Amino acid sequence: MSEMKKIKNLKDFSTSADRFEGANLLCPGCAHSIIVREVLNATNDDLILAASTGCLEVCTAVYPYTSWDASWIHIGFENGSSAVAGAEAMYKALKTKGRLKQPDRVPKFVAFGGDGATYDIGFQWISGCFERGHNMMYVCLDNEVYANTGGQRSSSTPIGASATTTPAGRVSYGEKRNKKDMMAIMAAHGAPYVAQVAPNKWKDMVAKIQKGFAAEGPVYINAMSACTTEWKFAPEDTISISDLATDSLVFPLYEIIDGTKLNITYRPKNIVPVRDYLGAQGRFKHLFTKQYDYLIDEWQTRVDAKWDYLQRREEASV
Amino acid sequence: MEKKGWDGFEIGAMLRTFDGAVSDIATTLPENRPYSQSSSFTASVADWRIEKPLFNKDYCIDCQFCWVYCPDMSIISRDKKMIGIDFDHCKGCGICVQVCPTNPKSLLMFPEQKDEESALAEWPKKEKKDQAEEPKED
Ligand SMILES: Cc1ncc(C[n+]2csc(CCOP(=O)(O)OP(=O)(O)O)c2C)c(N)n1
Ligand code: SF4
Ligand code: SF4
Ligand code: SF4
Ligand SMILES: [Mg+2]
Repeated sequence: MSEMKKIKNLKDFSTSADRFEGANLLCPGCAHSIIVREVLNATNDDLILAASTGCLEVCTAVYPYTSWDASWIHIGFENGSSAVAGAEAMYKALKTKGRLKQPDRVPKFVAFGGDGATYDIGFQWISGCFERGHNMMYVCLDNEVYANTGGQRSSSTPIGASATTTPAGRVSYGEKRNKKDMMAIMAAHGAPYVAQVAPNKWKDMVAKIQKGFAAEGPVYINAMSACTTEWKFAPEDTISISDLATDSLVFPLYEIIDGTKLNITYRPKNIVPVRDYLGAQGRFKHLFTKQYDYLIDEWQTRVDAKWDYLQRREEASV
Repeated sequence: MEKKGWDGFEIGAMLRTFDGAVSDIATTLPENRPYSQSSSFTASVADWRIEKPLFNKDYCIDCQFCWVYCPDMSIISRDKKMIGIDFDHCKGCGICVQVCPTNPKSLLMFPEQKDEESALAEWPKKEKKDQAEEPKED
């Protein structure tokens, strides 16, 4: 295996030469881009990348331009995972046959997909890749909505969010179902490494990506991606909204090793009320009337219960 | 070289990011890369901006928060120092200004047409402690 890139602090990290280029068409302030930079800059190894259809793919491969300085594959919405798995299988086959031109260069295989591509449309493909045990990393850019096609709900959209197919109005408070727990589902595949990350915690992100690259087998990364357009906040607030998400524990940062050992990797010094996180985003603004007070209380109870559950699992080392 | 239309390519044609070989992209800085006309690096989104960030190096502590959180690879850092902004690729989101921890901030948003010299001349002074934001941990 190639040597891990040494990143002790942010100054070290800032010497990275980005392999993702500007003048892509992602919105100003888009967190997808911040996540991609942190993932790619965590290694100096060669990269074989794929992106499922979604904001990231559509905005970085607009004719006549590409924003990728690495091998990059796009096939469809559902199969970014299998595209990378196919490349990885070919790499292994060529290696076995001794036909690699530069056998000393060991590339990293990474697939990116939105929550629509991951939680819904591409789910069986991802599950297949994990079951077959490809040596690859799958990164879900989780903005809790089908952003690229105008904000339809996905199975990652949380309760109470207004989406274009679950709009809030006179009779509805928006999405009715709870967000699917992809972390648990992917861990249940027995994957060597599963982790939730957030772009505002760059150090935690880089540590997890490097652990993922070091693991043998399929790795799942769930990356919280605050979306200025669909979550409805000002573009300059992407990092402060992300801070609210991690500090309210709506997006707790943790990892699950071999499907059986859970570690919490970030404990906020001051836990922020869930109300503050919801209140900072337009997609939840209709909840702030007396009749929906109970929904915000339920949100808090749910988040508290999940945090309690994660802590119990960590303590019991399961 | 003249740009081909989308229908000018053969099926399966490959667009290359670079003209010629780059043996180790991950350690080659942009100024040393032979970008081809197919790389969006050669394009500009400067006309997306209404406001732009300007940099005052007198207050900068080179923490690199602006570098890591810029979504558009537009904070130029070399040898662990923040040295400027790439105005071809900056979309004017304002994140760099928000995350800058110094007092006063070393980055501030100005109208697109503002010239740097007058911006620096009217840069705000240090805020009193109780109003200042606490520096963010990384
Ligand atoms: C099979 C198929 N169905 C539908 C679409 C249309 N489509 C393109 S992108 C997209 C939404 C992507 O949402 P998500 O995966 O969450 O990524 P985001 O844009 O939010 O980053 C949809 C529905 C498609 N390209 N292919
Ligand atoms: S809609 Fe959201 S995810 Fe898509 S480019 Fe804009 S900010 Fe990024
Ligand atoms: S305004 Fe946004 S795009 Fe421009 S340099 Fe700052 S963070 Fe980057
Ligand atoms: S965030 Fe501010 S202090 Fe830190 S490197 Fe950037 S300009 Fe300098
Ligand atoms: Mg999405």
